[in-house]
Amino acid sequence: MHELSVTQSILDIVLQHADQAQASKVTNIYLVIGDLSSIVDDSVQFYWDIISKDTIAEGAQLQFRRITTQFECLDCHTQYQPDGDSILCPQCGSTHIKVLSGEEFYLEAIDVEK
Amino acid sequence: MSEQQKITIVQNILNANDGLAEQNRAQLLNAKLFSINMMASPGAGKTTIIEKTLQAFTPTHRVLVIDGDIATTLDADRAAKAGANAIQINTGGDCHLDAIMLNRALSQATLSDYDLLIVENVGNLVCPASFELGTHKKVLIASVPEGDDKPHKYPGMYRGVDVVVLNKIDLLPYVDFNFDFFSKGLQVLNPDVEVIPLSCRTGEGLDKWFAWLRNELDEFKQIYN
Repeated sequence: MHELSVTQSILDIVLQHADQAQASKVTNIYLVIGDLSSIVDDSVQFYWDIISKDTIAEGAQLQFRRITTQFECLDCHTQYQPDGDSILCPQCGSTHIKVLSGEEFYLEAIDVEK
Repeated sequence: MSEQQKITIVQNILNANDGLAEQNRAQLLNAKLFSINMMASPGAGKTTIIEKTLQAFTPTHRVLVIDGDIATTLDADRAAKAGANAIQINTGGDCHLDAIMLNRALSQATLSDYDLLIVENVGNLVCPASFELGTHKKVLIASVPEGDDKPHKYPGMYRGVDVVVLNKIDLLPYVDFNFDFFSKGLQVLNPDVEVIPLSCRTGEGLDKWFAWLRNELDEFKQIYN
């Protein structure tokens, strides 16, 4: 439940870049969030609507691109999504695993009007 | 007609926090103050381990404790009673400490007066993992009654820490805790991490935790003094 501080950070980044571009309005915000980062889209949107009020980003749409968690077993090369009960390789039980995706947590782009 | 434009940014959302964490780290290095960030779920025994640690280290080290809690000063009071100078941060409902809160707390102390800073994070296995504070090492305290599946369920937290303490091992005979399943989860997420099983109640294993900390303090001293 740290969506408020996350949302504040998003607003800071958005306003900084919108100012630099001398934009009059921000219409879309593109966020890339991996499932390992445990952020709830709805909560971010909820806080966004409150804290973006009276800024040029008020009313901007938050576009979430969720990235699922993907692991690869380095022993048998199975690629899998951990199911929440165990993160071990479902094929061979190995612990020798590489995290392929799921840790993303960034702001990719914004759409602005000038 | 207004002009539409897409601006590519690609910036970590917690960039500002990470930047401030770097400042904290620099400030701590400048004061030659070694620091640990202790994280755990509520009730894992963070404050008790800190008390034991203070009993062992305050005779030889000057220790500062910074306590993060949603409300109350109970933990800071316990740390002060155990012989450390303690600063309480009330997060006012926030589920974690962040670099700004630590930065403010650091400004309340003369950092060069201390050898060891223990930051006790808010009890939570999710949020503190996302917020770098700028401490030198991250310690996760797990405990037997939480269950052996925690690394599997909270991978974010187990992934980024430097050492895992497994507290309350005196309860192992009474609960279904499969140590093998627990450590396999850890191996997936954090292959080289050291696990220190201990019991604050019986004292078993505490010497290994103290040895880990002493070793880190010595290494830090060798590099920065």
